[in-house]
Amino acid sequence: MANIPLPDALLVKNYVTGDENALSTLIDRHQSKIYGFIYSKISDRDISNDIFQDTFIKVIKTLKSRAYNEEGKFLPWVMRIAHNLIIDHYRKTKKMPMFRETEEFSIFSIMSDDSLTIENKIIHEQVEMDLKKLIEELPADQKEVLVMRMYQDMSFKEISEITGVSINTALGRMRYALMNLRKVIDKHQIILTN
Amino acid sequence: MAKIYSKKTLVTNTMKPRKEIVSFLLNYSKALSIIKTKNISFEIIAN
Repeated sequence: MANIPLPDALLVKNYVTGDENALSTLIDRHQSKIYGFIYSKISDRDISNDIFQDTFIKVIKTLKSRAYNEEGKFLPWVMRIAHNLIIDHYRKTKKMPMFRETEEFSIFSIMSDDSLTIENKIIHEQVEMDLKKLIEELPADQKEVLVMRMYQDMSFKEISEITGVSINTALGRMRYALMNLRKVIDKHQIILTN
Repeated sequence: MAKIYSKKTLVTNTMKPRKEIVSFLLNYSKALSIIKTKNISFEIIAN
């Protein structure tokens, strides 16, 4: 009798209820795809292994906390975690690039301190506060999409799934949100730049 | 004879993480317990 492979959703359910073998099956089933995806972005085996490990540590913690809602999307969820960790990796390496100093070349000739001065920091915080007040004035549906997109870094696909509208509707709401913000800014001649 | 300009992808089906990584993850999962009380979660790693 042929073994019918259990669907991911059932394996996740079994794992959450204590079957550690279910995790082994899930990793075995998807490791090539996930690792291959990470390696295609990172091109370094050691770092890819690290990111793969970090991805599954997050998966294990979320499943064990029973914080995962099974919607038949286990693999896309894991890929999303891996994708976000890849972005974190790029952000870190951008801040700490590997340079070797020689007699002709000094690191300080190209590295500068990009952090804001105190004055710019105050202005930046003021602009953020003003912007938040303006966003509060938007219609509820436009405000919701804008906050999810800009402050929670969600994709329009995720926004449409969470808000229960089509992607086109979410895109339209975002567009109107930005148009309305511009109108208010122009109308009151608010200055929002450094 | 025509050339074949097939695009080779960087990803192959045989790419896998190291066995030690998978082994670590499975052991970590067996050792990890998470207990939630009110708003706090405790992660316990059993030796």
